[in-house]
Amino acid sequence: MIQMNNVIKKYPNGVVATNGITIDIRQGEFVYVVGPSGAGKSTFIKLMYREEKATSGDVIVNGINLTTLKQSRIPKMRRQLGIVFQDFKLLPRLTVYENVAFAMEVIEEQPKKIRQRVLEVLELVGLKHKVRMLPSELSGGEQQRVAIARSIVNMPKVVIADEPTGNLDPETSWEIMNIFEEINARGTTIVMATHNREIVNTIRRRVIAIEGGMIARDEYGGDYGYEG
Amino acid sequence: MAMKGRTIRRHFRESFKSLGRNGWMTFASVSAVTVTLLLVGVFAVIMMNLNKVATDLENDVEIRVYIDLIADAEEAKMAEDQLVDEIHSLPEVAEVIYSSKEQELDKLIKDFGEELSLYEQNNPLHNVLYVKAVDPHETANVAKAIDKFDNTYEVKYGEGKVEKLFNFIKISRNVGLVLILGLLFTAMFLISNTIRITIVARRDEIEIMKLVGATNSFVRIPFVLEGMWLGILGSIIPMVAVSVAYYNIYQILLPRLKGQMLQILPNTPLLYQVNGLIITIGILIGVWGSFMSVRKFLKV
Repeated sequence: MIQMNNVIKKYPNGVVATNGITIDIRQGEFVYVVGPSGAGKSTFIKLMYREEKATSGDVIVNGINLTTLKQSRIPKMRRQLGIVFQDFKLLPRLTVYENVAFAMEVIEEQPKKIRQRVLEVLELVGLKHKVRMLPSELSGGEQQRVAIARSIVNMPKVVIADEPTGNLDPETSWEIMNIFEEINARGTTIVMATHNREIVNTIRRRVIAIEGGMIARDEYGGDYGYEG
Repeated sequence: MAMKGRTIRRHFRESFKSLGRNGWMTFASVSAVTVTLLLVGVFAVIMMNLNKVATDLENDVEIRVYIDLIADAEEAKMAEDQLVDEIHSLPEVAEVIYSSKEQELDKLIKDFGEELSLYEQNNPLHNVLYVKAVDPHETANVAKAIDKFDNTYEVKYGEGKVEKLFNFIKISRNVGLVLILGLLFTAMFLISNTIRITIVARRDEIEIMKLVGATNSFVRIPFVLEGMWLGILGSIIPMVAVSVAYYNIYQILLPRLKGQMLQILPNTPLLYQVNGLIITIGILIGVWGSFMSVRKFLKV
């Protein structure tokens, strides 16, 4: 599903964010990416949806080599991914419904299908009763649920989440994790960068630890492994 | 990749909605467009009228060919006919008008008074041919060529003065052109900057669009359409103002300029041309300004 082969990312300012990462994530897996701040976690995640381009090495997602992918093909590639961010990244002037529908409008889906599918995913995240509200009228957890609904509305094979619970209180974080588990149970691969020790230690899954731009540990059912 | 009809409708709908959502920015952009286009419009009207005056002056330049005095009437007639034919054969010549010495004297009497009618008994004047060149700038060359023909007593075209006039007109036109270009450049700069501010405020929006897989053109088209609306909205006041003002000025000046050399352009087609210019420039700078401003934020 996602393969990286000796991937090096060097920023123009000289910082080497990933220094030879090789990894293989298979379809249906649930993977935590952990590590101290500034260790290269974010870059590792961004390489997967081509917000960052590898300086050398191959990044292959859904069979597409992102290192050699043409700029003009990036939109098509991203449509096969769902991306969730720490700060939700919802469009503030669109309603809950419109925010989710937007991801389908972009790929020029039929209006009838859009309606049906948007309501379906909003039901899955438990927000069907708030479709007409604006993001500013929702709590942080609810906003993140809208963002998750948007990320899965086009039925991607992979959902990539960059610290999705980073801005949420513990209780809300658990609600969000339940949704991710539900999505994963339906066969979607999930890659999640996180700092949340409690979650990683409770919902045991594959843990990839990144330190100094390299894989320090890759363990199925592993624990968080860092001191608070 | 062909765009679907409903996507095009969506882009139009979005561009309209966006005008409303960004109320103040829309107002600011439209105001900037309005002010600049008003300047462009006023300036265009002035320049076109100056150009008309200059062209009139140029076209007024003519060559006077004084024909040799020949005693025998028949011989004189033959010589004149031959000269007219020769002048007509020059490719640069547009028209040749014959004026007999009696007609010439009548003109003088009209201009300087009845005392001159004494000369009717013994007219000292020459028969004259008035010649105009196709291109007024060729006048000097045509005059030189005519001077070489037989039976020309004297060829005059206001040597010296004409060159000065042409030089002056040429400089005025170049200055006008530079001013218009400068104004257009300023307008584009002003408007694209205003539009850029509205777009910078929405860079998050663009980023999100790109992250959910929107193509560049999908992101760009609503913005470009919005720029077009801004251009059109901004051209309304300038078009109305320039039209109303010129219509009234024309009504006031028309009776006063009757019979004068100096004439201004009539309302039509001038106002159609100027209004067309205003709205075209409005749309172009709106579209161009949006296009350039969005481009910067598409690299996500």
